[in-house]
Amino acid sequence: MKIVTLNNRLSQINIFRPILLLLVPACIFFAGCTSKAKTNDPSNGADTVTGEYSPALTFAPNVPEARDNTTPKKVIVEIEVIEKVMKLADGVDYTFWTFGGRAPGPFIRVREGDEVELHLNNNANNKMPHNIDLHAVNGPGGGAEATMTVPGHTSVFRFRALNPGLYVYHCATAPVGMHIANGMYGLILVTPKGGLPYVNKEFYLMQSEFYTKGKNSEPGLQPFDMDKAIKEQPEYVVFNGSVGSTTGQNALQAKVGDRVRIYIGNAGPNLTSSFHIIGQIFDKVYVEGGSQVNQNVATTLIPAGGASIVEFTCKEPGTFNIVDHSIFRAFNQGALAQLVVTGQADKNIYSGKLADEFYYPPIPADAGKKDKPAIEPAMPEPSFADRFKDGHTLFESNCSGCHQSTGLGVPGSFPPLAKSDFLMSRQDKGIGVLLHGINNEPITVNGKNFKGVMPQLSLTDDQVASILTYVRNSWGNKSAQVKEGDVKKLRGQ
Amino acid sequence: MKTVNVILLAVCFLLPLKHFGEALPGNPHFSHRSNNRMVCIRGGNYHPFLQRKDQPDVVKIHPFMLDVNAVTNAEFLAFVKANPQWARSKIAQLFADAGYLKQWAGDFVIGGDKIDNSPVTNVSWFAANAYAKWKGKRLPTMAEWEYAASAAPVGMSKRARLTRIILAWYDHPNPVILPPVQSTYKNTYGLYDMHGLVWEWVDDFNSVGIQGDNSGTNVKSFFCAAGSLNSANKEDYAAFMRFAFRQGLQARYTIQSLGFRCAKDFFRN
Repeated sequence: MKIVTLNNRLSQINIFRPILLLLVPACIFFAGCTSKAKTNDPSNGADTVTGEYSPALTFAPNVPEARDNTTPKKVIVEIEVIEKVMKLADGVDYTFWTFGGRAPGPFIRVREGDEVELHLNNNANNKMPHNIDLHAVNGPGGGAEATMTVPGHTSVFRFRALNPGLYVYHCATAPVGMHIANGMYGLILVTPKGGLPYVNKEFYLMQSEFYTKGKNSEPGLQPFDMDKAIKEQPEYVVFNGSVGSTTGQNALQAKVGDRVRIYIGNAGPNLTSSFHIIGQIFDKVYVEGGSQVNQNVATTLIPAGGASIVEFTCKEPGTFNIVDHSIFRAFNQGALAQLVVTGQADKNIYSGKLADEFYYPPIPADAGKKDKPAIEPAMPEPSFADRFKDGHTLFESNCSGCHQSTGLGVPGSFPPLAKSDFLMSRQDKGIGVLLHGINNEPITVNGKNFKGVMPQLSLTDDQVASILTYVRNSWGNKSAQVKEGDVKKLRGQ
Repeated sequence: MKTVNVILLAVCFLLPLKHFGEALPGNPHFSHRSNNRMVCIRGGNYHPFLQRKDQPDVVKIHPFMLDVNAVTNAEFLAFVKANPQWARSKIAQLFADAGYLKQWAGDFVIGGDKIDNSPVTNVSWFAANAYAKWKGKRLPTMAEWEYAASAAPVGMSKRARLTRIILAWYDHPNPVILPPVQSTYKNTYGLYDMHGLVWEWVDDFNSVGIQGDNSGTNVKSFFCAAGSLNSANKEDYAAFMRFAFRQGLQARYTIQSLGFRCAKDFFRN
């Protein structure tokens, strides 16, 4: 019970921190306030470290549990670099270079002020030298220069986690792009001194690209393609290291009412992510993983080498697709994860589908006027070629949506025009349909029955003549040119 | 003596031409694998991959001799037998770390014959250097090694093909049993496996972009994007890897995929 009270108090401090920070400039005027401002200064990392521990490291999508430490600790983190072949997509293998045998690497959770001692072990079977650059580090290379490690060796370095936030770490051995492209990245969370507000579920996601010699889905062990990497044209954009890592059976799970927090990193190496969950709104986004909180965001940008913390409450059950909203990446390249929410639906928030009926397009207000066009001076009838050409253009913009550019229509819904006995039987039949439309009257085309609506289109006699000349002379149809006068005659009837 | 040198030099100029004709591996010259033959590398200009303001853009390479193969386990065993102070249990920690010759079954036993003809690995720079001296040779300099290794594979004229061979090697995890020497490709100098089998020690491995030793300050700039600042060719990923690898080394380190071959001055006997 005591712990709960303490947590509540600490989270209040956390909530009020932005206000405190705002007050800092004001406090400069009041000498009495300066000491108060100092205790909240994030650069004050000299707090005494008491005790040490080795934290649990988790692999995506799991996040280590929060600890209730109230003072800085020495945190000993051990990571082994392993080069190994793993699955990138169904039937597609890739030689991953990994932190801890997985891509992304382990999630490291420490507290603001902690002293982190990082041991980087480079497995003796590896071929490459590796190191680690943690964006949470204040120091040259973010630790990279201190951890350059050849196979079979171990490097150790220490840093103080001075700045709270969510940070990417990655291998920074030259050529750094290749080490990242091969899977060497992960996230380190430095929780603020007061901790983060309690949530029901925390998840770890990391987006990254893969540049393979073979095209997307080409099977086999695929080598890295340096040219594609330089051109920033990946074959795969994925969450958590492989296509389908977090979908179907492996989807994230939550319940209606759960408060969810996702720690999302973008390893790149090249692309910026437009992170979005279809059908969820982040009521809180810790912008770029930092201390500023934005509210009510649907899509948030995550730069390469950056991160973000998003929070929301699951209000409706269902499967929610998590995507990079640069959407071809989600649709074609694998940037898709899923969150499955179970529980009771609330029709008050989301109704689901209420109706599915045929849509009758409104008849334009001036449609009637066109029926009786002003008497225009008779134009000379254009050539067949001109009619056909105009007709083609008009057909594509007015008719092809239903009857298709192929003239084949859509079986069961829209009758074909190509070799249509209905269309070709009489010229005036076609003219009549174009002038008046069809309103649920049954017709038979090539032995198949159709019943539906073709809207009355506001077309001039000249345009009707062109369209009919085109459709009666395309896709194997053959007949005489339809003249403007033929249409005029029928319109008058 | 001078005359001998001149004749040798003349032969040396002809040798590479001769090797252009040797497209087929397994030709009679190389049937005695344990007897590591040397070929002469004609001198020339080497353009350092990493360029420094205090260095010329071009390094002159004098003619030198280089082993056609990496030194094998069997060859190294002969050295250890003749110089037991370099045996696994005898070597001073100063000269090699704990992984020294760990692929062997004992001080003077390789164990099994599967790797007799494979390059010896898990040897420190000190050990490689001692072996070379024992043979009356030396380790090649980085410039010499890079110069010799840049020659195209026999039968493949384009430089790009070489890069592909190297990257393909990087792309695959180390094999469980290291293949024997001459199992990859031969280049136009007649050298085997310059890429694609093992990394190789060079005499001045710790001079990557620095003045003197591997704890100098400049060496540390060779990571992340900073690495691209001084390189002659930013797209030569394969070279980046070699230089990054050397940068991580210390002379007592031993690594499972790191071996060596020996060189010799041309103008000295």
